[in-house]
Amino acid sequence: MSSIWTVMIVVGLLTFLTRLSFILLLEHWEPPQVVRSALRYVPVAALTAIIVPELLVMNDALDFSLGNARLIAGVVAALVAWRTKNALWTIAIGMTAFLILNSFVF
Amino acid sequence: MATTNTASIKLREFLNGVKGELPILLGVAPFGMIYGVLATDAGLSTLDAQAMSAVVFAGSAQFMLVQLINLGTPALVLILSGFIINLRHALYSASVAPYTRHLSPLWKVILSYMLTDEAYAVVIMHYQKDDQSEYKHWYFLGAGLTLWTCWQICTAAGIFLGAQIPPNWGLDFTLALTFIALVFPAIDDRPSLLAALSAGAVALLARGLPYKLGMIAAALVGIAVGLWSEKR
Repeated sequence: MSSIWTVMIVVGLLTFLTRLSFILLLEHWEPPQVVRSALRYVPVAALTAIIVPELLVMNDALDFSLGNARLIAGVVAALVAWRTKNALWTIAIGMTAFLILNSFVF
Repeated sequence: MATTNTASIKLREFLNGVKGELPILLGVAPFGMIYGVLATDAGLSTLDAQAMSAVVFAGSAQFMLVQLINLGTPALVLILSGFIINLRHALYSASVAPYTRHLSPLWKVILSYMLTDEAYAVVIMHYQKDDQSEYKHWYFLGAGLTLWTCWQICTAAGIFLGAQIPPNWGLDFTLALTFIALVFPAIDDRPSLLAALSAGAVALLARGLPYKLGMIAAALVGIAVGLWSEKR
């Protein structure tokens, strides 16, 4: 169907231009110090904004209970990440904790 | 001599990028397969479903688009929704911009095409390391291509296996775990800790906002709080 292709190409183009936007804009323009300082916080702020709802939101509701395997495993992973700074250990221990907790719940 | 040396540095960066992206694939693969299944269910042909993974190349936008297509949503609404849900990538663009300045237009085009959430997360942490390598764009390329290849293959697997895809054992949780592995070591002072805490809190409060606008709001608040705390 041709309208699907129109949608795909336009959305693909808009997405690409969004991703390219500041890479081009900041090419020649040296932003003021405050912007450069702000950019330092983008990864931590943006990625935490993705992580936290993944751990706490279940079916549109907040779940702070100890029965929330994602939350507990996420906290364990965070401690491992913070202490070891090792991605593989973080993922391995976090996933193991998640699977063990899940098998208790069921 | 100098040329071989440069080539081997580029190759090493590229391979480290591949390696850096690998753990995240565990989390991405189930999403790619589920997308393939949903796209077929929404009535997209094999070609259309696969093409969207290459042309749009943005997981959450693709999920939303096929679900909206299934509901018979008009094209203009589809386009606007797809545009807005991907606006958060402008933040990533600003974040990597200081590091891509010296690159040729072709490099900028290729790397921008690959600037997804999952590539950004891995690449920005490499850019922020203190070493002075001039070839970190090769790391970006390695990470981006690895993710891209996985996304295409998993889309195809979802399309062809359909409802027979193996049950999801919670592998999607590895995506959150990988992000944790990347973010927590980067929280090394008070401003970044406060930036993370405030971004997380706003992300929860604003979770009802559509098109991932809550995530953008959370990121902006986190950045502002980081700046504010730095000034004190």
